[in-house]
Amino acid sequence: MEFIYALLVQPFVDMYLDPLIFIETVIKGLMAGVLYSLVALGFVLIFKASGVFNFAQGVMALFAALTLTGIMEYMPDGLPKWLTVIAALGITVVIMILLAVIIERVVLRPLVNQELIILFMATLGLSYVLEGAGDLMWGSDVKVLDIGLPTDIWDIGGVYVEQLDVTAAIAAGSLVAVLAIFFTKTRIGRALRAVADDHQAALSVGISLQQIWVIVWSVAGIVALVAGIMWGSKSGVQFSLSLIALKALPVLILGGFTSIPGAIIGGLIIGLGEKVVEVFWYSVHGGAVENWFAFMLALAFLMFRPQGLFGDKIIERV
Amino acid sequence: MLYRETGQFKRNYAADQQLFPIFQDKILLAAILVVALAIIPFAINDYWSKAILLPFMVYALVALGLNILVGYCGQISLGTGGFMAVGAYSSYKLCTAFPELNLIFVILFSGGCTAAVGVLFGLPSLRIKGFYLAVATLAAQFFLIWMFNKVPWFYNYEMSQITAPPREVFGFLVSGPQAEPAAQYLFVLGFIIVFTWVALNLVRGRIGRSWMSIRDMDIAAELLGIRPLQTKLLAFAVSSFYIGMGGAIIFHIWLGTVEATEAFDILQSFFVLFAIIIGGLGSVLGSFLGAAFMALMPVGLKVVLVDWIGMVPVTAKHIEFMLVGSLIIFFLIKEPHGLARMWQITKEKLRLWPFPY
Repeated sequence: MEFIYALLVQPFVDMYLDPLIFIETVIKGLMAGVLYSLVALGFVLIFKASGVFNFAQGVMALFAALTLTGIMEYMPDGLPKWLTVIAALGITVVIMILLAVIIERVVLRPLVNQELIILFMATLGLSYVLEGAGDLMWGSDVKVLDIGLPTDIWDIGGVYVEQLDVTAAIAAGSLVAVLAIFFTKTRIGRALRAVADDHQAALSVGISLQQIWVIVWSVAGIVALVAGIMWGSKSGVQFSLSLIALKALPVLILGGFTSIPGAIIGGLIIGLGEKVVEVFWYSVHGGAVENWFAFMLALAFLMFRPQGLFGDKIIERV
Repeated sequence: MLYRETGQFKRNYAADQQLFPIFQDKILLAAILVVALAIIPFAINDYWSKAILLPFMVYALVALGLNILVGYCGQISLGTGGFMAVGAYSSYKLCTAFPELNLIFVILFSGGCTAAVGVLFGLPSLRIKGFYLAVATLAAQFFLIWMFNKVPWFYNYEMSQITAPPREVFGFLVSGPQAEPAAQYLFVLGFIIVFTWVALNLVRGRIGRSWMSIRDMDIAAELLGIRPLQTKLLAFAVSSFYIGMGGAIIFHIWLGTVEATEAFDILQSFFVLFAIIIGGLGSVLGSFLGAAFMALMPVGLKVVLVDWIGMVPVTAKHIEFMLVGSLIIFFLIKEPHGLARMWQITKEKLRLWPFPY
């Protein structure tokens, strides 16, 4: 009886009695969700264009953030801060594009026409390589990433909002907008959508698959960089970043693997859900549900809608 | 020359259907068994047991389990660590609740518990496939580990780190800090031999064939009259049974004390998955080769990089990561059927050696 009360009644009483905390939790959850969406976005991009489920996306975010901090350490001291940041960002972007080229050459090209599950496992291997390489080059201790993002806390009528979270939200929003324009208005974007639709048809009208893959992985690398910057500024650049990024997977399942808006909305739902459950149902579970709540939510969701909220319907043929 | 089947005739059905039909294979197997049963137990010491033999054997058992699910039935699972934890904690509960119970039964029962949990988490596999299922099994991984940390009943309301109580089997102490390495080794070896034999027979019979048809194309298999739900759930159950026994053995024999978040985290799941990819998906021999590779490579790398070259252990660890990752990609590109397939090719070559056409 007590348990049922704690499960079904108490949380709502708490929400009603303390609306400020509720609002703060909701905002925190939404902001965390934005960060998940940022990682999920990279997944969706690659999945749409090549059908590859890129498990290494989280590690790419870690790798990008590590590279950025590493380069910033090696920058000459006399330069003004903004110049250092921009130069380091530029070099990191170039490195991520190079990485995309290497991945296409070494991993994807030999595996063309293999089953998707093989490609998935290859990206698992890739995630180990990137993680080892990143740590080997830049060291594995926790690093502070400071590129001058605002870190203060706003107090809006008793509700505390971190400026960093707002920045992340703005970054995610603009990223989606830019990607949407890129996908619908540019020549390359149209080619990308063609490839996503049907590889062979795209090939037959003269679109180079290899070129498209390099572009997609570069874009995913840059998205990973943005995600890495946001996560890194929030909690330091460290190994656990790649594990946090695993949470982008349930986000994908909720939103559907092929939908960019799905990635955003899925991220928001997951972030919101886990924060609210963590805070208001604390007496039921005793804490630390953030580790698994997202996965369980996705699992429950899958039972009813296997393709996700916005995903394409799964059609199976013999 | 070395490997010639000429003149080995099969005169009845029993001879045709034996597990190792080729005479040379029988000799090899007998030699391995003699070394494993009669020589190693007398030569074993604590370092060899704890650092090399036990990890290899335990991971071979777990890899065998995962290979049944991934390699034979085609259902990707990333929840191996969680299932191993179920095995470890249920064996701890059984062992402390029934102190009289023989450790053999404790390990078998904890395998059974894990099979039940595996079936539970395998239920979604009917509706969801491929990577979707992989993500769903991640739910098992994270949820189970959290549960073993949070619910005090599982660790008997003491510390969340559980310790294996000393237990004797046939008068020999096999578990606990004072256990004899040779007794521990033989105990685990017994499990390995029995359950490898079971697995070999499972995968070549009706059940194994139905798993493979589900793996190759589930809709077509369904049309052939194979029931997907039962087949998949059976694969989950058998696989989790093996993995649970592996987890129980890790806890009782190899490590002695475990803490769920450290001993059975997601890296363990990847570790075992990599072992079967490198060893060979859908091959019993491959599980052993892969487990040997994954368990021995860190030891070998440590000897070479840290002891000989004098590298910092952390750097050696990073190189190990890169090496494992590159090997995965290498194997997927060059030899998707892994070390087991390489061994098969070697055997084919040995047939003609030294006079190839």
